[in-house]
Amino acid sequence: MSVNELFKKDLKVVNIGLKSFYNDLKSQNLTAVHVNWKPKAGGKTRMVSLLDKLKKMN
Amino acid sequence: MIIQTIVKKNAYYDSVTLMLLSRELKKLEGVEEILVGMGTDLNIELVQNLGLFSGELESITSNDLFISAKFDETRTNLEAIEAAFVEQLNKTDQKEADDDYQPPTLKSALQYLPDANMVVVSVPGQSAADVVDEALDNDLHVMLFSDNVSVEDELRLKQKAVNKGLLVMGPDCGTAIINGAPLCFANAVRRGRIGVVGASGTGTQEVTVQIHQMGGGLSQVIGTGGRDLKEEIGGLMMIQGFQALIDDPETDLIVLISKPPAASVAEKIYRIARQSAKPVVIDFIGGDRAAIEAVGAIACISLEDAARKAMAKLNGQKVADFVGFSLPEAEIEQIVDKAVATLKPDQTELRALFTGGTLADEAMKLLGGRYAIYSNIPLSPEMAIENMPDQKGHLCLDLGEDRFTRGRPHPMIDPQTRTEFFRSHVDEQTAVILVDVVLGFGSHADPAGAVVDSVREVRERLGKVGREVVVVASVCGTDLDSQNLERSVRALESEGVIVMPSNAQAVRLTDRVFQRLEKGN
Repeated sequence: MSVNELFKKDLKVVNIGLKSFYNDLKSQNLTAVHVNWKPKAGGKTRMVSLLDKLKKMN
Repeated sequence: MIIQTIVKKNAYYDSVTLMLLSRELKKLEGVEEILVGMGTDLNIELVQNLGLFSGELESITSNDLFISAKFDETRTNLEAIEAAFVEQLNKTDQKEADDDYQPPTLKSALQYLPDANMVVVSVPGQSAADVVDEALDNDLHVMLFSDNVSVEDELRLKQKAVNKGLLVMGPDCGTAIINGAPLCFANAVRRGRIGVVGASGTGTQEVTVQIHQMGGGLSQVIGTGGRDLKEEIGGLMMIQGFQALIDDPETDLIVLISKPPAASVAEKIYRIARQSAKPVVIDFIGGDRAAIEAVGAIACISLEDAARKAMAKLNGQKVADFVGFSLPEAEIEQIVDKAVATLKPDQTELRALFTGGTLADEAMKLLGGRYAIYSNIPLSPEMAIENMPDQKGHLCLDLGEDRFTRGRPHPMIDPQTRTEFFRSHVDEQTAVILVDVVLGFGSHADPAGAVVDSVREVRERLGKVGREVVVVASVCGTDLDSQNLERSVRALESEGVIVMPSNAQAVRLTDRVFQRLEKGN
Protein backbone atom coordinates (compact mmCIF):
# COMPACT_ATOMS: atom_id res chain seq x y z
CA MET A 1 0.00 0.00 0.00
CA SER A 2 1.61 3.28 -1.13
CA VAL A 3 1.89 6.26 1.21
CA ASN A 4 -0.95 8.05 -0.60
CA GLU A 5 -3.19 4.99 -0.34
CA LEU A 6 -2.37 4.84 3.40
CA PHE A 7 -3.60 8.45 3.73
CA LYS A 8 -7.08 7.33 2.61
CA LYS A 9 -7.40 4.54 5.21
CA ASP A 10 -8.09 4.41 8.92
CA LEU A 11 -4.78 3.89 10.67
CA LYS A 12 -4.50 0.40 12.17
CA VAL A 13 -1.42 -0.08 14.27
CA VAL A 14 0.66 -3.00 15.46
CA ASN A 15 2.73 -1.79 18.42
CA ILE A 16 5.97 -3.63 19.20
CA GLY A 17 7.95 -2.37 22.21
CA LEU A 18 6.91 0.25 24.76
CA LYS A 19 3.41 -0.54 25.93
CA SER A 20 2.68 3.08 26.80
CA PHE A 21 2.47 3.87 23.07
CA TYR A 22 -0.23 1.20 22.72
CA ASN A 23 -2.11 2.57 25.73
CA ASP A 24 -2.08 6.05 24.15
CA LEU A 25 -3.55 4.66 20.91
CA LYS A 26 -6.26 2.74 22.79
CA SER A 27 -7.12 5.83 24.87
CA GLN A 28 -8.07 7.53 21.58
CA ASN A 29 -10.18 4.55 20.51
CA LEU A 30 -7.80 3.79 17.62
CA THR A 31 -7.49 0.27 16.31
CA ALA A 32 -4.25 -1.20 17.67
CA VAL A 33 -2.76 -4.46 18.83
CA HIS A 34 0.22 -4.79 21.16
CA VAL A 35 2.75 -7.54 20.52
CA ASN A 36 4.07 -9.25 23.64
CA TRP A 37 7.59 -9.04 22.18
CA LYS A 38 10.63 -10.83 23.59
CA PRO A 39 14.22 -10.74 22.32
CA LYS A 40 15.03 -13.35 19.67
CA ALA A 41 16.61 -16.65 20.88
CA GLY A 42 15.83 -15.77 24.48
CA GLY A 43 18.28 -12.88 24.25
CA LYS A 44 21.32 -15.18 23.97
CA THR A 45 23.81 -13.20 21.88
CA ARG A 46 25.62 -16.25 20.46
CA MET A 47 22.37 -17.94 19.44
CA VAL A 48 21.15 -14.71 17.81
CA SER A 49 24.32 -14.47 15.71
CA LEU A 50 23.99 -18.15 14.66
CA LEU A 51 20.37 -17.58 13.66
CA ASP A 52 21.39 -14.49 11.68
CA LYS A 53 24.03 -16.53 9.82
CA LEU A 54 21.45 -19.21 9.01
CA LYS A 55 19.03 -16.53 7.77
CA LYS A 56 21.70 -15.08 5.48
CA MET A 57 22.51 -18.56 4.11
CA ASN A 58 18.86 -19.05 3.26
CA MET B 1 25.60 -2.15 53.46
CA ILE B 2 25.40 -5.27 51.33
CA ILE B 3 24.91 -5.83 47.61
CA GLN B 4 22.50 -8.54 46.48
CA THR B 5 20.92 -9.52 43.19
CA ILE B 6 17.82 -11.38 42.07
CA VAL B 7 17.66 -12.76 38.53
CA LYS B 8 14.33 -13.80 37.01
CA LYS B 9 14.88 -15.93 33.91
CA ASN B 10 12.75 -15.25 30.81
CA ALA B 11 10.80 -12.32 32.22
CA TYR B 12 10.74 -9.49 29.69
CA TYR B 13 9.58 -5.95 30.49
CA ASP B 14 10.20 -2.80 28.46
CA SER B 15 12.98 -0.44 29.49
CA VAL B 16 10.82 2.57 30.34
CA THR B 17 8.65 0.53 32.74
CA LEU B 18 11.77 -0.82 34.50
CA MET B 19 13.56 2.54 34.70
CA LEU B 20 10.50 4.12 36.31
CA LEU B 21 10.29 1.15 38.71
CA SER B 22 13.98 1.56 39.66
CA ARG B 23 13.24 5.12 40.63
CA GLU B 24 10.31 4.12 42.84
CA LEU B 25 12.29 1.34 44.55
CA LYS B 26 15.15 3.73 45.32
CA LYS B 27 12.76 5.51 47.67
CA LEU B 28 12.49 2.38 49.88
CA GLU B 29 13.86 2.71 53.39
CA GLY B 30 17.37 1.31 53.72
CA VAL B 31 18.01 1.16 49.95
CA GLU B 32 21.06 3.20 48.93
CA GLU B 33 21.27 2.25 45.23
CA ILE B 34 19.20 -0.03 43.04
CA LEU B 35 18.86 -0.94 39.39
CA VAL B 36 16.09 -3.01 37.85
CA GLY B 37 16.64 -3.94 34.21
CA MET B 38 16.92 -6.55 31.51
CA GLY B 39 20.31 -8.24 31.27
CA THR B 40 21.55 -6.26 28.27
CA ASP B 41 25.22 -5.31 27.82
CA LEU B 42 24.32 -1.68 28.48
CA ASN B 43 22.57 -2.52 31.76
CA ILE B 44 25.42 -4.75 32.94
CA GLU B 45 27.82 -1.87 32.29
CA LEU B 46 25.50 0.40 34.30
CA VAL B 47 25.39 -2.11 37.17
CA GLN B 48 29.19 -2.12 37.20
CA ASN B 49 29.35 1.68 37.15
CA LEU B 50 26.91 1.84 40.07
CA GLY B 51 29.04 -0.70 42.00
CA LEU B 52 26.15 -3.18 42.10
CA PHE B 53 27.69 -6.08 40.16
CA SER B 54 27.59 -9.58 41.65
CA GLY B 55 28.23 -13.12 40.42
CA GLU B 56 24.57 -13.87 39.60
CA LEU B 57 24.83 -11.50 36.65
CA GLU B 58 27.63 -13.36 34.88
CA SER B 59 25.41 -15.70 32.84
CA ILE B 60 22.43 -13.37 32.40
CA THR B 61 20.82 -12.82 28.96
CA SER B 62 18.86 -9.85 27.61
CA ASN B 63 15.68 -11.86 28.16
CA ASP B 64 16.31 -12.11 31.93
CA LEU B 65 15.21 -9.52 34.46
CA PHE B 66 17.49 -8.56 37.35
CA ILE B 67 17.16 -6.50 40.50
CA SER B 68 20.53 -5.42 41.94
CA ALA B 69 20.47 -3.45 45.16
CA LYS B 70 22.85 -2.01 47.72
CA PHE B 71 21.04 -1.73 51.03
CA ASP B 72 21.38 -1.53 54.79
CA GLU B 73 20.56 -5.07 55.96
CA THR B 74 19.51 -3.82 59.40
CA ARG B 75 16.69 -1.81 57.79
CA THR B 76 15.50 -3.97 54.90
CA ASN B 77 16.16 -7.23 53.03
CA LEU B 78 16.01 -8.65 49.53
CA GLU B 79 12.58 -10.24 50.09
CA ALA B 80 11.10 -6.86 51.04
CA ILE B 81 12.65 -5.25 47.97
CA GLU B 82 11.28 -8.01 45.73
CA ALA B 83 7.84 -7.66 47.29
CA ALA B 84 7.93 -3.89 46.64
CA PHE B 85 8.97 -4.59 43.04
CA VAL B 86 5.99 -6.92 42.50
CA GLU B 87 3.64 -4.40 44.09
CA GLN B 88 4.90 -1.56 41.86
CA LEU B 89 4.71 -3.76 38.78
CA ASN B 90 1.11 -4.68 39.55
CA LYS B 91 0.28 -0.99 39.96
CA THR B 92 1.75 -0.28 36.50
CA ASP B 93 -0.16 -3.19 34.96
CA GLN B 94 -3.44 -2.08 36.50
CA LYS B 95 -3.11 1.29 34.78
CA GLU B 96 -2.84 -0.42 31.42
CA ALA B 97 -5.43 -2.03 29.19
CA ASP B 98 -4.04 -5.41 30.13
CA ASP B 99 -7.02 -7.57 29.33
CA ASP B 100 -6.48 -7.10 25.58
CA TYR B 101 -5.11 -10.00 23.59
CA GLN B 102 -1.33 -9.62 23.10
CA PRO B 103 0.00 -11.86 20.34
CA PRO B 104 3.64 -12.94 20.72
CA THR B 105 4.85 -12.07 17.20
CA LEU B 106 4.13 -9.69 14.33
CA LYS B 107 2.95 -12.67 12.29
CA SER B 108 0.33 -13.61 14.87
CA ALA B 109 -0.62 -9.93 15.32
CA LEU B 110 -1.39 -9.78 11.59
CA GLN B 111 -3.69 -12.80 11.88
CA TYR B 112 -5.56 -10.92 14.60
CA LEU B 113 -5.52 -7.57 12.73
CA PRO B 114 -5.12 -8.54 9.05
CA ASP B 115 -5.76 -5.03 7.72
CA ALA B 116 -3.08 -3.39 9.91
CA ASN B 117 -1.17 -0.76 7.93
CA MET B 118 1.37 0.68 10.39
CA VAL B 119 3.88 -0.90 12.77
CA VAL B 120 5.25 1.22 15.62
CA VAL B 121 8.60 -0.22 16.70
CA SER B 122 10.28 0.72 20.00
CA VAL B 123 12.22 -2.45 20.88
CA PRO B 124 15.91 -2.14 21.87
CA GLY B 125 18.00 -0.85 18.96
CA GLN B 126 19.97 -4.05 18.35
CA SER B 127 16.73 -5.94 17.67
CA ALA B 128 14.91 -3.18 15.79
CA ALA B 129 16.24 -3.76 12.26
CA ASP B 130 14.93 -7.36 12.24
CA VAL B 131 11.48 -6.22 13.34
CA VAL B 132 11.38 -3.48 10.68
CA ASP B 133 12.53 -5.93 7.99
CA GLU B 134 9.64 -8.22 8.85
CA ALA B 135 7.16 -5.32 8.78
CA LEU B 136 8.39 -4.21 5.35
CA ASP B 137 8.22 -7.81 4.09
CA ASN B 138 4.53 -7.66 5.03
CA ASP B 139 4.09 -4.36 3.10
CA LEU B 140 3.51 -2.36 6.27
CA HIS B 141 4.54 1.22 6.94
CA VAL B 142 6.83 1.70 9.94
CA MET B 143 7.37 4.25 12.66
CA LEU B 144 10.74 3.38 14.20
CA PHE B 145 11.10 5.04 17.61
CA SER B 146 14.12 2.92 18.64
CA ASP B 147 17.55 4.50 18.57
CA ASN B 148 20.93 2.74 18.40
CA VAL B 149 20.15 1.43 14.90
CA SER B 150 23.26 1.47 12.68
CA VAL B 151 23.52 3.84 9.71
CA GLU B 152 24.00 0.79 7.46
CA ASP B 153 20.73 -0.75 8.69
CA GLU B 154 18.92 2.58 8.37
CA LEU B 155 20.05 2.99 4.76
CA ARG B 156 19.19 -0.59 3.83
CA LEU B 157 15.72 -0.43 5.46
CA LYS B 158 14.88 2.94 3.92
CA GLN B 159 16.00 1.79 0.45
CA LYS B 160 13.81 -1.27 0.85
CA ALA B 161 10.89 0.93 1.95
CA VAL B 162 11.31 3.34 -0.95
CA ASN B 163 11.39 0.44 -3.43
CA LYS B 164 8.09 -0.76 -1.98
CA GLY B 165 6.55 2.73 -1.71
CA LEU B 166 6.44 2.47 2.12
CA LEU B 167 7.41 4.76 4.99
CA VAL B 168 10.16 4.02 7.50
CA MET B 169 9.86 6.97 9.88
CA GLY B 170 13.05 6.74 11.97
CA PRO B 171 15.16 5.41 13.59
CA ASP B 172 15.00 7.70 16.59
CA CYS B 173 11.77 9.23 15.30
CA GLY B 174 9.69 10.63 18.15
CA THR B 175 6.79 12.34 16.44
CA ALA B 176 4.30 11.60 13.65
CA ILE B 177 0.58 12.13 13.09
CA ILE B 178 -0.84 9.91 10.36
CA ASN B 179 -4.49 10.27 9.32
CA GLY B 180 -5.12 12.22 12.52
CA ALA B 181 -3.62 9.55 14.78
CA PRO B 182 -0.78 10.87 16.96
CA LEU B 183 2.07 8.34 17.23
CA CYS B 184 4.59 8.23 20.11
CA PHE B 185 5.37 11.82 21.21
CA ALA B 186 2.84 13.91 19.31
CA ASN B 187 0.40 16.53 20.48
CA ALA B 188 -3.35 16.48 20.07
CA VAL B 189 -3.95 18.91 17.19
CA ARG B 190 -6.89 19.46 14.86
CA ARG B 191 -6.88 18.18 11.32
CA GLY B 192 -6.43 20.62 8.48
CA ARG B 193 -4.67 21.47 5.24
CA ILE B 194 -1.00 21.76 6.30
CA GLY B 195 1.32 18.77 5.85
CA VAL B 196 4.63 18.49 7.70
CA VAL B 197 7.74 16.39 7.18
CA GLY B 198 10.09 16.72 10.14
CA ALA B 199 13.51 15.33 10.95
CA SER B 200 13.46 16.63 14.52
CA GLY B 201 10.90 15.52 17.09
CA THR B 202 10.33 18.51 19.35
CA GLY B 203 10.85 20.84 16.38
CA THR B 204 7.93 19.13 14.68
CA GLN B 205 5.91 19.27 17.92
CA GLU B 206 6.52 23.02 18.28
CA VAL B 207 5.47 23.77 14.68
CA THR B 208 2.32 21.62 14.82
CA VAL B 209 1.30 23.03 18.21
CA GLN B 210 1.77 26.61 16.99
CA ILE B 211 -0.29 25.89 13.85
CA HIS B 212 -3.08 24.50 16.07
CA GLN B 213 -2.94 27.51 18.40
CA MET B 214 -3.25 29.85 15.41
CA GLY B 215 -6.45 28.09 14.39
CA GLY B 216 -4.93 25.91 11.67
CA GLY B 217 -4.76 22.15 11.35
CA LEU B 218 -2.60 19.35 10.05
CA SER B 219 -3.28 16.89 7.22
CA GLN B 220 -0.30 14.57 7.85
CA VAL B 221 2.82 14.85 10.00
CA ILE B 222 5.58 12.54 8.79
CA GLY B 223 8.74 11.97 10.84
CA THR B 224 12.03 10.91 9.28
CA GLY B 225 14.48 10.46 12.17
CA GLY B 226 17.38 12.84 12.78
CA ARG B 227 19.92 11.24 10.44
CA ASP B 228 17.73 11.15 7.33
CA LEU B 229 19.15 14.35 5.78
CA LYS B 230 22.77 13.36 6.32
CA GLU B 231 24.87 12.41 3.30
CA GLU B 232 24.81 8.69 4.17
CA ILE B 233 21.02 8.35 4.08
CA GLY B 234 20.46 10.97 1.38
CA GLY B 235 17.10 12.26 2.66
CA LEU B 236 15.28 9.12 1.48
CA MET B 237 12.31 9.57 3.86
CA MET B 238 12.14 13.38 3.65
CA ILE B 239 11.87 12.99 -0.14
CA GLN B 240 9.37 10.11 0.12
CA GLY B 241 7.21 12.10 2.57
CA PHE B 242 7.54 15.38 0.66
CA GLN B 243 6.46 13.71 -2.59
CA ALA B 244 3.50 12.02 -0.87
CA LEU B 245 2.29 15.38 0.49
CA ILE B 246 2.64 16.98 -2.95
CA ASP B 247 0.40 14.20 -4.31
CA ASP B 248 -2.05 14.35 -1.37
CA PRO B 249 -5.31 16.14 -2.28
CA GLU B 250 -5.96 16.91 1.42
CA THR B 251 -2.72 18.92 1.74
CA ASP B 252 -2.54 22.51 0.47
CA LEU B 253 0.79 23.59 1.93
CA ILE B 254 3.92 21.70 3.03
CA VAL B 255 6.31 22.50 5.90
CA LEU B 256 9.75 20.84 6.05
CA ILE B 257 11.69 20.89 9.34
CA SER B 258 15.26 19.77 9.90
CA LYS B 259 18.66 20.85 11.11
CA PRO B 260 20.70 22.03 8.10
CA PRO B 261 20.99 19.06 5.69
CA ALA B 262 24.08 17.83 3.88
CA ALA B 263 24.61 19.96 0.74
CA SER B 264 23.88 17.09 -1.65
CA VAL B 265 20.63 16.27 0.21
CA ALA B 266 19.53 19.92 0.34
CA GLU B 267 20.04 20.07 -3.43
CA LYS B 268 17.62 17.13 -3.98
CA ILE B 269 15.01 18.70 -1.73
CA TYR B 270 15.33 22.11 -3.38
CA ARG B 271 14.83 20.47 -6.78
CA ILE B 272 11.49 19.00 -5.64
CA ALA B 273 10.48 22.26 -3.91
CA ARG B 274 11.15 24.21 -7.12
CA GLN B 275 8.74 21.95 -9.04
CA SER B 276 6.05 21.80 -6.34
CA ALA B 277 2.77 23.47 -7.30
CA LYS B 278 1.98 23.73 -3.58
CA PRO B 279 3.67 26.37 -1.40
CA VAL B 280 6.59 24.99 0.63
CA VAL B 281 7.79 26.46 3.94
CA ILE B 282 11.27 25.28 4.96
CA ASP B 283 12.84 25.62 8.42
CA PHE B 284 16.33 24.15 8.17
CA ILE B 285 17.04 25.58 11.63
CA GLY B 286 19.88 28.06 11.08
CA GLY B 287 20.19 26.91 7.44
CA ASP B 288 20.87 28.72 4.15
CA ARG B 289 18.05 31.22 3.67
CA ALA B 290 19.13 32.41 0.21
CA ALA B 291 19.22 28.86 -1.18
CA ILE B 292 15.67 28.19 0.09
CA GLU B 293 14.29 31.42 -1.35
CA ALA B 294 16.09 30.83 -4.65
CA VAL B 295 13.80 27.86 -5.35
CA GLY B 296 10.67 29.82 -4.50
CA ALA B 297 10.21 28.26 -1.05
CA ILE B 298 9.56 30.27 2.12
CA ALA B 299 12.50 30.40 4.57
CA CYS B 300 12.04 30.78 8.34
CA ILE B 301 13.89 32.22 11.31
CA SER B 302 12.32 30.05 14.01
CA LEU B 303 9.91 27.14 14.49
CA GLU B 304 7.17 29.59 15.47
CA ASP B 305 7.99 31.65 12.37
CA ALA B 306 7.52 28.51 10.24
CA ALA B 307 4.02 28.01 11.69
CA ARG B 308 3.13 31.70 11.26
CA LYS B 309 4.33 31.79 7.66
CA ALA B 310 2.49 28.56 6.83
CA MET B 311 -0.74 30.03 8.22
CA ALA B 312 -0.24 33.42 6.51
CA LYS B 313 0.48 31.83 3.14
CA LEU B 314 -2.47 29.46 3.44
CA ASN B 315 -4.80 32.35 4.29
CA GLY B 316 -3.50 34.58 1.50
CA GLN B 317 -1.94 37.04 3.94
CA LYS B 318 1.42 38.80 3.79
CA VAL B 319 4.33 36.51 4.69
CA ALA B 320 6.94 38.27 6.82
CA ASP B 321 9.56 37.32 9.42
CA PHE B 322 8.18 37.26 12.96
CA VAL B 323 10.94 38.73 15.07
CA GLY B 324 9.02 40.10 18.02
CA PHE B 325 6.48 39.16 20.65
CA SER B 326 2.76 38.40 20.73
CA LEU B 327 2.38 40.94 23.56
CA PRO B 328 2.75 44.67 22.87
CA GLU B 329 6.31 45.98 23.25
CA ALA B 330 5.38 48.11 26.30
CA GLU B 331 4.19 45.03 28.19
CA ILE B 332 7.36 43.14 27.32
CA GLU B 333 9.43 46.04 28.65
CA GLN B 334 7.42 45.96 31.89
CA ILE B 335 8.06 42.23 32.27
CA VAL B 336 11.79 42.77 31.69
CA ASP B 337 11.87 45.75 34.12
CA LYS B 338 10.21 43.70 36.83
CA ALA B 339 12.45 40.68 36.25
CA VAL B 340 15.73 42.60 36.21
CA ALA B 341 14.79 44.49 39.38
CA THR B 342 14.81 41.23 41.36
CA LEU B 343 18.45 40.39 40.49
CA LYS B 344 21.72 41.32 42.21
CA PRO B 345 24.60 42.73 40.08
CA ASP B 346 26.62 39.48 40.19
CA GLN B 347 23.72 37.38 38.93
CA THR B 348 24.79 37.15 35.31
CA GLU B 349 24.41 33.57 34.11
CA LEU B 350 21.90 31.64 32.01
CA ARG B 351 20.79 28.12 32.87
CA ALA B 352 18.74 26.79 29.96
CA LEU B 353 17.52 23.30 30.86
CA PHE B 354 15.69 21.76 27.91
CA THR B 355 13.98 18.40 27.57
CA GLY B 356 13.54 18.92 23.80
CA GLY B 357 16.76 18.76 21.79
CA THR B 358 15.58 20.88 18.87
CA LEU B 359 14.25 23.53 21.25
CA ALA B 360 17.68 23.70 22.92
CA ASP B 361 19.35 23.94 19.52
CA GLU B 362 16.94 26.68 18.43
CA ALA B 363 17.61 28.62 21.65
CA MET B 364 21.35 28.63 21.06
CA LYS B 365 20.97 29.62 17.42
CA LEU B 366 18.57 32.47 18.28
CA LEU B 367 20.91 33.76 20.97
CA GLY B 368 23.49 33.58 18.20
CA GLY B 369 26.98 34.85 18.61
CA ARG B 370 25.97 37.37 21.26
CA TYR B 371 26.71 35.09 24.21
CA ALA B 372 29.29 32.41 24.91
CA ILE B 373 27.08 29.43 25.82
CA TYR B 374 28.43 26.08 27.00
CA SER B 375 26.39 23.06 26.00
CA ASN B 376 26.32 19.30 25.45
CA ILE B 377 25.20 20.16 21.90
CA PRO B 378 27.46 23.21 21.41
CA LEU B 379 27.39 25.45 18.35
CA SER B 380 31.22 25.19 18.22
CA PRO B 381 33.50 22.52 19.75
CA GLU B 382 35.27 24.86 22.18
CA MET B 383 31.90 25.54 23.88
CA ALA B 384 31.43 21.87 24.83
CA ILE B 385 30.28 21.45 28.42
CA GLU B 386 33.58 19.69 29.28
CA ASN B 387 35.35 23.02 28.70
CA MET B 388 33.14 24.92 31.15
CA PRO B 389 35.28 26.28 33.99
CA ASP B 390 33.83 25.44 37.44
CA GLN B 391 30.27 25.82 36.17
CA LYS B 392 30.97 29.50 35.43
CA GLY B 393 29.31 31.00 32.35
CA HIS B 394 26.10 30.52 30.39
CA LEU B 395 24.82 26.97 30.01
CA CYS B 396 22.22 25.47 27.67
CA LEU B 397 21.57 21.74 27.90
CA ASP B 398 19.64 19.17 25.91
CA LEU B 399 18.81 16.84 28.80
CA GLY B 400 17.39 14.23 26.43
CA GLU B 401 20.79 13.60 24.87
CA ASP B 402 22.29 10.10 25.25
CA ARG B 403 24.74 10.97 28.03
CA PHE B 404 21.89 12.05 30.32
CA THR B 405 19.50 9.20 29.46
CA ARG B 406 21.70 6.13 30.04
CA GLY B 407 19.69 3.85 32.31
CA ARG B 408 16.96 6.42 32.91
CA PRO B 409 13.94 7.55 30.91
CA HIS B 410 14.00 10.58 28.62
CA PRO B 411 13.25 13.75 30.64
CA MET B 412 10.04 14.29 28.67
CA ILE B 413 8.80 11.01 30.22
CA ASP B 414 10.34 11.49 33.67
CA PRO B 415 11.39 15.02 34.71
CA GLN B 416 13.82 13.70 37.38
CA THR B 417 16.97 14.54 35.36
CA ARG B 418 15.93 18.19 35.10
CA THR B 419 14.94 18.26 38.77
CA GLU B 420 18.52 17.19 39.58
CA PHE B 421 20.02 19.85 37.30
CA PHE B 422 17.92 22.53 39.02
CA ARG B 423 19.66 21.39 42.23
CA SER B 424 23.18 21.00 40.88
CA HIS B 425 23.51 23.75 38.28
CA VAL B 426 21.43 26.69 39.51
CA ASP B 427 23.38 28.82 41.97
CA GLU B 428 23.72 32.35 43.34
CA GLN B 429 25.15 33.62 40.03
CA THR B 430 22.19 32.38 38.00
CA ALA B 431 20.11 35.23 36.58
CA VAL B 432 17.70 33.37 34.29
CA ILE B 433 16.50 29.76 34.17
CA LEU B 434 15.01 28.99 30.74
CA VAL B 435 12.94 25.82 30.30
CA ASP B 436 10.63 24.06 27.87
CA VAL B 437 7.52 22.22 29.03
CA VAL B 438 6.52 19.63 26.44
CA LEU B 439 2.98 18.23 26.67
CA GLY B 440 1.30 15.59 24.53
CA PHE B 441 1.09 11.84 24.14
CA GLY B 442 4.08 9.95 25.56
CA SER B 443 5.07 12.86 27.82
CA HIS B 444 4.90 12.94 31.62
CA ALA B 445 1.41 13.38 33.12
CA ASP B 446 2.26 16.81 34.56
CA PRO B 447 5.55 18.27 33.31
CA ALA B 448 4.53 21.81 34.35
CA GLY B 449 3.94 20.55 37.91
CA ALA B 450 7.47 19.12 38.01
CA VAL B 451 8.92 22.49 36.92
CA VAL B 452 6.78 24.26 39.54
CA ASP B 453 8.21 21.96 42.26
CA SER B 454 11.77 22.62 41.11
CA VAL B 455 11.23 26.37 40.91
CA ARG B 456 9.72 26.44 44.39
CA GLU B 457 12.67 24.47 45.76
CA VAL B 458 15.25 26.68 44.06
CA ARG B 459 13.51 29.88 45.21
CA GLU B 460 13.60 28.59 48.81
CA ARG B 461 17.29 27.74 48.54
CA LEU B 462 18.29 31.06 46.97
CA GLY B 463 15.92 32.96 49.27
CA LYS B 464 18.05 31.88 52.23
CA VAL B 465 20.94 33.92 50.81
CA GLY B 466 18.69 36.83 49.86
CA ARG B 467 18.48 36.06 46.15
CA GLU B 468 15.76 35.65 43.59
CA VAL B 469 15.94 34.17 40.11
CA VAL B 470 14.06 34.84 36.87
CA VAL B 471 12.40 31.77 35.34
CA VAL B 472 11.22 31.87 31.72
CA ALA B 473 9.28 29.02 30.12
CA SER B 474 7.33 28.09 27.03
CA VAL B 475 4.77 25.31 26.91
CA CYS B 476 4.72 23.14 23.78
CA GLY B 477 1.16 21.86 23.97
CA THR B 478 -2.47 22.41 23.07
CA ASP B 479 -5.85 22.70 24.77
CA LEU B 480 -6.57 19.16 23.51
CA ASP B 481 -3.52 17.55 25.17
CA SER B 482 -4.35 15.54 28.29
CA GLN B 483 -1.98 17.73 30.36
CA ASN B 484 -3.83 20.80 29.00
CA LEU B 485 -2.05 23.94 27.85
CA GLU B 486 -4.04 26.44 29.90
CA ARG B 487 -3.79 24.47 33.14
CA SER B 488 -0.02 24.07 32.65
CA VAL B 489 0.48 27.78 31.96
CA ARG B 490 -1.60 28.74 35.01
CA ALA B 491 0.39 26.41 37.28
CA LEU B 492 3.69 27.89 36.08
CA GLU B 493 2.50 31.49 36.36
CA SER B 494 1.24 30.89 39.89
CA GLU B 495 4.86 30.12 40.84
CA GLY B 496 6.07 33.38 39.24
CA VAL B 497 7.33 31.77 36.04
CA ILE B 498 7.21 34.05 32.98
CA VAL B 499 5.42 31.93 30.37
CA MET B 500 5.88 32.94 26.73
CA PRO B 501 3.72 31.59 23.89
CA SER B 502 6.59 29.90 22.00
CA ASN B 503 10.16 28.73 22.47
CA ALA B 504 11.39 31.52 20.18
CA GLN B 505 9.63 34.20 22.27
CA ALA B 506 10.89 32.69 25.55
CA VAL B 507 14.43 32.85 24.15
CA ARG B 508 13.92 36.42 22.91
CA LEU B 509 12.67 37.51 26.33
CA THR B 510 15.69 35.87 27.96
CA ASP B 511 17.88 37.80 25.50
CA ARG B 512 16.18 41.07 26.52
CA VAL B 513 16.87 40.38 30.20
CA PHE B 514 20.57 39.74 29.52
CA GLN B 515 20.85 42.79 27.26
CA ARG B 516 19.49 44.86 30.11
CA LEU B 517 21.83 43.22 32.63
CA GLU B 518 24.79 43.98 30.37
CA LYS B 519 23.77 47.62 30.29
CA GLY B 520 23.79 47.56 34.10
CA ASN B 521 20.02 47.52 34.60
